[in-house]
This record gives sequence, structure tokens and C-alpha cells, in this order.
Amino acid sequence: MKLLDRSKSTDFAAALAAAGYRVAAPVSDGGLVRIKEWAPGAEIAASEMPLNSMKDFLFPRTEVIGRWTLEGDGFASQDVRPDAPKTAVLFAKPCDAAALAVLDAVFNWDCKDCFYNAKRDAAAVAVLACGSADEHCFCTSVGGSPGEAHGADLLFRPADGGLRMIVEPLTAKGKALADAAGSALSEGQAQADPIARPAERFDPGKASAWLASNFESPLWKELSLPCLGCGACAYACPACHCFDIQDEGSRSESVRCRNWDSCGFGLFTLHAGGHNPRADQSARWRQRMMHKFSYFPQRFGRLACTGCGRCARLCQAGMDIARACARISPRENA
Amino acid sequence: MTDNLYQPTTLRIADSRDEAPDVRTFRLEFTDSGYRSEFFRRYRVGMFGLYGLPGAGESVFCVASPPTRTDHIECTFRKAGRVTSALQDREIGQTISFRGPYGNSFPVDSWKGRDLLFIAGGIALPPLRSVIWNILDRRADFGKVAIVYGARTVADLVYKQELAEWGGRIPTAYGGGTSSGYPSVGRLPTANGGGTSSGYPSVGRKDVDLTLTVDPGGETPDWKGKIAFVPTALKESAPSSENCTAVVCGPPIMIKLTMPVLRGLGFEPKDIYTTLENRMKCGVGKCGRCNAGGVYVCKDGPVFTLEQFQSLPQGDL
Ligand SMILES: Cc1cc2nc3c(=O)[nH]c(=O)nc-3n(C[C@H](O)[C@H](O)[C@H](O)COP(=O)(O)OP(=O)(O)OC[C@H]3O[C@@H](n4cnc5c(N)ncnc54)[C@H](O)[C@@H]3O)c2cc1C
Ligand code: SF4
Ligand code: SF4
Ligand code: FES
Repeated sequence: MKLLDRSKSTDFAAALAAAGYRVAAPVSDGGLVRIKEWAPGAEIAASEMPLNSMKDFLFPRTEVIGRWTLEGDGFASQDVRPDAPKTAVLFAKPCDAAALAVLDAVFNWDCKDCFYNAKRDAAAVAVLACGSADEHCFCTSVGGSPGEAHGADLLFRPADGGLRMIVEPLTAKGKALADAAGSALSEGQAQADPIARPAERFDPGKASAWLASNFESPLWKELSLPCLGCGACAYACPACHCFDIQDEGSRSESVRCRNWDSCGFGLFTLHAGGHNPRADQSARWRQRMMHKFSYFPQRFGRLACTGCGRCARLCQAGMDIARACARISPRENA
Repeated sequence: MTDNLYQPTTLRIADSRDEAPDVRTFRLEFTDSGYRSEFFRRYRVGMFGLYGLPGAGESVFCVASPPTRTDHIECTFRKAGRVTSALQDREIGQTISFRGPYGNSFPVDSWKGRDLLFIAGGIALPPLRSVIWNILDRRADFGKVAIVYGARTVADLVYKQELAEWGGRIPTAYGGGTSSGYPSVGRLPTANGGGTSSGYPSVGRKDVDLTLTVDPGGETPDWKGKIAFVPTALKESAPSSENCTAVVCGPPIMIKLTMPVLRGLGFEPKDIYTTLENRMKCGVGKCGRCNAGGVYVCKDGPVFTLEQFQSLPQGDL
């Protein structure tokens, strides 16, 4: 079997960079771990849960979708192409890879979004199975598993007590990653480590069923009371995909950008006439729950949450979407 | 053609008309004939577009002209913020950006042989205007056509010239309103060839029953129309629901108050249509902005029957 010694993680990244990949990996960054573009010298923290998700590399927080030169009282359109370098995402989480199906669905139903698809096509995703989970992880409650790599091109399994990883290419893109790794990988035998087993906290079918008939529930006020509407949960979420479109420019040039947005913001649904359908934070937080666990499944046949727990880890107000789901769908005798 | 979903085309402002304070109509011509033919291949009444100006942004307006007029499109919009202000600063001969048509449409063909009742409030006449002209351009296919239109004040009524034409007995003289030289759309030859300018009497047609109303306090001394909110005016005019389809466009509060009146007149939820104006950004089912209940208003709407409207969570509208 193909093996990667944990101490050679950086060599692997370097080999891919030398082979022309933009390499993204969880790296230590001032005491925090983020998925970032790897550069020589950066320390890879392969098993840590990064603050952000890998969606940043497929659907970046800001992206140019239009460009014009302004002349006199007119404008001339410039060609805009997706910025989609060949990319290797290393040591992504299984729950991040699972979110690709959510993004794929949105950006391809009915009509195709070339910006997302170009990046998606140019990216190879290598997932590291999880040997441990924290109290916020709940992939097992939403149909995921810490040992699976749905949506990924290559799976690393932790082995030999964390000393090395077993390398399993799953697709042609994954095989290309392994081929490009050169001497960073070795042949040998290793004993796979046990996989994490986060507790199942709720039954998503029951949560969806409750949501479908409880839009008006008084529980929303209580569930959403602490929410500050800061949007951190949406920005960190691997499955959130709402965006705004804004023009920026000078006298001679104008660019149109799409920027991450969040249903948690008050301006999100404000009409120009002043009417706001989601006038308070409970209506906005309800939308977050509804979209992920009711509307999205109705249309696309899958949840728009993969249980990564980032939203709860980050929230300064203590909001926890899994706890809310458990509240509305109690498991009998579980 | 580009595969960038968000890439607009360029339209030239061929004409412009002030309808009411802050409300303006642009007549727009395509500068790209390929985009134009693709537009008219797909355009059905009820659809909308994103009208914009690079540097300012894009705004959603319905296409206010019918698909039976293929030499231009028109939009009528109120100055409401940054984009709409920038657009209203554009002058005849200058260009704006456009992408569309987007959204679903009114099933006009399924209304053949039926009576039609149009109810609109304020700036919401534009989406109905395209339907109305589409119907009038094929008048023989339909039964009676009635329009109930209201605005806050007399000055806020839009399409005054066309109201005069539709109304026959226009409640008040619109001083100066017709002197701009802007040809009323109704007097243009129809695209299907049969019509000539003589098909459009310039003063009042007998085949449309128009009721105009203004909110109490919005009348002028010489106003001869009704003085009532739209739902009340509708109740008073009491149209028959027999073999009739109703189409209602207006601000959310007007829609909410008009529906019970229509139900009281005997209209079934499947025979009442309305449009939603949820905030939109992308127009193509990606950005999530227009999501209400399980629908993307930009894709599954903006046209809904009352039956569909009632199945949506009202708190999202
Ligand atoms: C399907 C559909 C069809 C439509 N058809 C028409 C039509 O035919 N004609 C028409 O006139 N309109 C129509 N509208 C409405 C139209 O899209 C909006 O009125 C218009 O886009 C808003 O104008 P704007 O972009 O200039 O406003 P913006 O400048 O983008 O302002 C947008 C919002 O930001 C808010 N805002 C701005 N600054 C602040 C601030 N400092 N603090 C808090 N809030 C702020 C405003 O209150 C407003 O709600 C339609 C909408 C839809 C969805
Ligand atoms: S749930 Fe927490 S992270 Fe999300 S918007 Fe509310 S306060 Fe911010
Ligand atoms: S909603 Fe929270 S737990 Fe679910 S995928 Fe998004 S960030 Fe992760
Ligand atoms: S306007 Fe973007 S999804 Fe409807």
C-alpha cells in the first residue's frame, strides 16, 4: 500500500507545488489553523479542524464576475474568465468533501455557474479521515461519516498510531496527486487507526418533518434569542452559498464582484420600499435552519449541513444548530 | 456568446418618458442582434430582467412591453436607491446593461375564452401592462377585460396616456402629459402585421373597462375617479368571478388585503394570479436572496397563483 509518513506532509505539499499545483492545506496561522494556500515554510496541521472550510478555494469570499472600461458616457465590456488554477486541497475534512455535493447542486441546477465549475474542475480534493472528533462534530447525525470520502479524489487513512497515513486514490485526479508526490510517498504496510465516532445527536428526518410544519412556532424566538446576526456561521460553513453582487470601480474601470452573503444579515431581504419580510433575527435564523434542513432537501434531495460543527465552534453567542435540531427532533431512548 | 451567466448585454435608450414623480419609462433597443433574437425567443409576459449600469450595479424590473412588439423592450421604474438613481441619470442615446429574460410567466394562452380582471397598485402596473397589451394585441381570443388601478395620489398614477386610451371616459385631464412626443405603445403597429395605427383609437376603447382610484387624500379637485384604497374600489365595482381570471400586482400589503375581497367575489385560488417581488441579486437561482419557503422566486416565480402563494410561508413574503 502507498504510505505517507506524517513527517513528510510538507514534502508532499512541496512536491505538488513543484508539479504546478496551487496547494491548499490546514496550516498554523498565528495560533489558529486555517485552510490556506500553502507556501514553503508553512507548518501543516493535517488533523486539525481549520477555522474556515475549503469552499474558499471553489467559491471564494469575493470574486470578479464582470469588468468594464468606462469611456465618456459609455462602457465597454471586458472578457472575464474564471480564475481557476490547478489546485490540490490537502487534508480536507470528510464533512468538507461532503459539502461539495451541496455546492455542485446549487451551481449546476437549471443553469451552470462557470466560475464555480471551473474551480471545481481544476481542484483535486484529498481528504484525511478523522481519528478524533470534538463535542461540536455531528456528521453522523446528518448522514456523514468520519471515515468516508464522498466527493473526494483521494483518501488518507490515519495509521500506526498517527505516525503515517494510508494513501488511497479514488479518482483519476487523486491518482494524479499520488503520482506527482514522488518520493514523499513510500510503499509498505501499516495498520489503520480507529476512526472517530461522534455521537448521533438527532434524527434529521424528524428535524425536517418538524420544520415543514412549524414555520410559525413560538420556539423560534427562544431558539434564536442569542444570535447577533454577525454572519460568522455562514462564512465558515462549507455548505452555505448565498452571495451578494456589488460593483466597485474608479472613473475609468468598473468591476462587478460577487461576495459571500448571509441570510443572517438584516439587509439580506430588505426591499427598496422599506418592507423587510425577515424583519427580526428570529426570522433570519429560522431561514438558516429551514434552508439547510427543509427547503434544500425538498429541492435537491440532500441536507445543506454536513455536521462539521464550525458554526457552533465559532459562534460568540453560543448558538448551536445541532442542539436546535436535537431540540426539535428528540430521539426516543437514545 | 459567453458562458458567464452574469454577463449582461448592452441596450440603448431610444426614448424616455416621465410617468409620475420619480417614475420613468425607458424604451430600449438591443445593440446585439443575437441577444435580441434570443431574448424574444424566450420572452413571455411576466418575466423580468436585470437592468444595470457598470459602476452602480443591477436592479430587477419586469419587462413592461409585450412580446408582440419586437423592435424594443420597455421598463418602468421608480427611483429607490443607488442603482435606480444612476439609471434615471441616463439619457436618450446612452446605454445601459441588461440580462434576461428571467423567471416564469403568466399562462396567457390558458386564459383564452375567459374574462380577465387586472388589479394593480402604484408602481406595480408595469408587470400587468405587458400582459394587458399582449391581450389587447389578440383581443378576439379573450372575453371581457376589466382593469382596477389605484395609486396613492393622482400624480402617482403611471401610464397616464395609456390609461386615457384604455379608459374611454378618463376621469381627469392629464395636463401636458401627452405632449412629450413619446408615442404611446398602443399606437404602434403590431408585430403580427395585421394591426395598423387605426386599430388603436387614440381616445378611449370600448373593449376595456377601466376603474381608476386614488387613496383618500390623494385626489385633485377635478378628480372624477374613485377615492378609495384598491381593495375597497374592487369591492365596490364587484366584478363577476364567472369564467374570469384575476391578476393582482401591488405592494405586499395591497396583495394581502385584495385576496380576501377576490375570494368574497367567488374567485377560486387557482384563478387568481399575483407576482412576488422578493429581493433578488442573481436572477438565476444561485445567490439565495429570493428564497421564500421552498421556492426561488427568481426561478419558480415571480408569477404565482393564489393557491401557490398560500402554500408559501407568509412570513417570508
Ligand atoms: C420580480 C421583480 C420585479 C420588479 N419590477 C419592478 C418594476 O417593474 N419597477 C420598479 O420600479 N421596481 C421593480 N421591482 C423593485 C426593484 O427591483 C427595486 O425597487 C430596486 O431594485 C431597488 O432600487 P436600487 O437598486 O436603486 O436600490 P438600492 O440602492 O440597491 O437599495 C436597496 C435597499 O438598500 C436599502 N438601503 C440603502 N441604503 C441603506 C442604508 N444606509 N441603511 C439601510 N438600508 C439601506 C434600501 O432601503 C433598499 O431596501 C421589482 C422587483 C422584483 C423582485
Ligand atoms: S448564529 Fe452565531 S455566528 Fe451565526 S450569525 Fe448568529 S451570532 Fe453570528
Ligand atoms: S451548518 Fe454548521 S455544522 Fe452544518 S455544515 Fe454548516 S458550519 Fe458545519
Ligand atoms: S435572485 Fe439569486 S437565487 Fe433568486
